[in-house]
Amino acid sequence: MINKKINTVQQAVAGVTDNMTLMLGGFGLCGIPENAIAELVKLGVKNLTCISNNAGVDDFGLGLLLQERQIKKMISSYVGENDEFERQMLSGELDVELTPQGTLAEKCRAAQAGFPAFYTPAGYGTEVAEGKESREFNGKMYILEKAYEADFAFVKAWKGDEAGNLIFKGTARNFNPCMCGAAKITVAEVEELVPAGELDPNQVHIPGIFVQRIFQGEKYEKRIEQRTVRSRE
Amino acid sequence: MLDKNGIAKRIAKEVQDGYYVNLGIGIPTLVANFVRDDIEVEFQSENGVLGMGPFPFEGEEDADIINAGKQTITTLPGASFFDSATSFAMIRGKHVDLTILGAMEVSEEGDIANWKIPGKMVKGMGGAMDLVASAENIIVAMMHTNKRGESKLLKKCSLPLTGVGCVKKIVTNLAVLEVTPEGFKLLERAPGVSVAEIKKATEGNLLIEGDIPEMQLI
Repeated sequence: MINKKINTVQQAVAGVTDNMTLMLGGFGLCGIPENAIAELVKLGVKNLTCISNNAGVDDFGLGLLLQERQIKKMISSYVGENDEFERQMLSGELDVELTPQGTLAEKCRAAQAGFPAFYTPAGYGTEVAEGKESREFNGKMYILEKAYEADFAFVKAWKGDEAGNLIFKGTARNFNPCMCGAAKITVAEVEELVPAGELDPNQVHIPGIFVQRIFQGEKYEKRIEQRTVRSRE
Repeated sequence: MLDKNGIAKRIAKEVQDGYYVNLGIGIPTLVANFVRDDIEVEFQSENGVLGMGPFPFEGEEDADIINAGKQTITTLPGASFFDSATSFAMIRGKHVDLTILGAMEVSEEGDIANWKIPGKMVKGMGGAMDLVASAENIIVAMMHTNKRGESKLLKKCSLPLTGVGCVKKIVTNLAVLEVTPEGFKLLERAPGVSVAEIKKATEGNLLIEGDIPEMQLI
């Protein structure tokens, strides 16, 4: 067993420096690497390019890095719930590359799987296609999208073992598996870290080969963005 | 004239037994409330769930189980969770049977705009560009006019596009329309709405052939 376990969140972010490109898992605030983000804020690294579907909310998730002006460029599909993000974007302080959600996922997966680029119909005929090669296949138009190149991927899983194997829970899975192994170094944080041998290999979602570092997060706030309920009648 | 629930109710009639359906944020989400209960339908949410159920009972919310609108949800028997690349494989690979989404503008050629107002509002396209580029069965749910009373059914979209030539059917508070090579073909009128009123509220070319029936909502 190749042991990927690290003991502190400081070790998790070790090696992250200014101007790096980071991938961060999560959809809204669901399944985000809370502990790594908090530590990146403390580390004070600047001019980051962050690839993440959303940008958190004003006071949580990637919103924390935005508030400290640590992000130079955001690559996301949807940024709706963050006023500070919208302000920095409209004022030009923040460079934003809006990318269709499925394309964003596939650009991660392509990097993980060793594909330099792929064709997708998403965005053909729109601003997204500007400057990109387009091509017809079977009578339909597609645009060429390139795989991401990132220095670090920070992902969050539910359970993991010392070998780096990961199991996700619910819709907190989202972009996390696509980002594992898609950057030079993948750091996974989990709610529960167990010794190798305790996870059923049949149940593993992401094999440890895609993960370089794994640690158990100290605590998880798991904030809910839209608490919607129904009455018991 | 229909309200948002009325639009959702009319669209629900388009949902057929055995369909996998993706519902966008806003009016489309309401469609789930009106689907006949004698048919089997599974709702997909692009953040990674198939077999979405209703909102949870108070106290049973789970931060790890949400829909694409970031609302807490439940799952039904037969549900599954998956990653984002798999989710869009379902969408791009045409495994989802019906996509219902909102729009700011639709053109008579089936172009749709719903993600950006230059200089004013940029929320992002989310999964909309992938959905409209791939799905063969797309219904747009929207009000016929905007808050200033201007038509949202245009000859050409004025806002940045989400997709080109992809919308087939539109259900608004006034009418049901089909996008054809000649323009918007009027299929049904909302209860109490005249053809003249629909014509006045439609900037794009409107085709009116014969008597236009009133929508049946039951």
